[in-house]
Amino acid sequence: MVQLLYFAWVRERIGRDGEAVDVPAGVVDVAGLVDWLAARGGGYAEAFAEPARLRAAVDQTFAPLDAPIAGASEIALFPPVTGG
Amino acid sequence: MSARVAVQEADFDLAAEFARLEALGGGGVASFTGVVRGGEGLTALRLEAYPGMTGRALDAIAAQAITRWSLLGCTLIHRHGTLSVGERIVLVGTAARHRAAALEACAFLIDWAKTKAPLWKQEIFADGSSRWVEPRAEDDAAAAEWDASAEHGKP
Repeated sequence: MVQLLYFAWVRERIGRDGEAVDVPAGVVDVAGLVDWLAARGGGYAEAFAEPARLRAAVDQTFAPLDAPIAGASEIALFPPVTGG
Repeated sequence: MSARVAVQEADFDLAAEFARLEALGGGGVASFTGVVRGGEGLTALRLEAYPGMTGRALDAIAAQAITRWSLLGCTLIHRHGTLSVGERIVLVGTAARHRAAALEACAFLIDWAKTKAPLWKQEIFADGSSRWVEPRAEDDAAAAEWDASAEHGKP
């Protein structure tokens, strides 16, 4: 099981702030995870319609979309940051 | 060196924060305060943080500033939650032996806090509507400048 977290408009479109999932064996990187989630349709498809606008963190470290997810315990998906 | 980093809902006490930096024995203390800007019907900002990771990301940015400018100390406090127009969002403070390091490190800290820490701003308007703030290319460019200047051997 891996804990997924969603922030900002990703969270709003999906309608929840996170969930624990069993990632299928063929899903090896963040982009694959995003595709797998988007295939659920509805808010997931809406949240992940533009992968170029998505950012990610694997175990609380920023990671590119091609980052491997094997062994990760927490993966966060969110828009580009806008703090400060 | 002494870094004080906080991610919190509460406001911060500027006098107390400056006093801590002034007590570190340097010749210069610089600061930047970010405030919710009004206009175009905006009544508040809602700031979302990533519990755990936001503080860690800010810790890493503060540590980098301390090393790069040999700071005596720095302060990086970022608020989250709903903040009305005129309320403080973020405080950056630096203490150094001389003013140039304090001022430069202060600019670096806010440029990097804006672009390299997991925080998201949503604008709330008087008519009840809201809009997530889009990242600005000039903010990314300002943050990248600090990488470029490091490569050219500047502090």
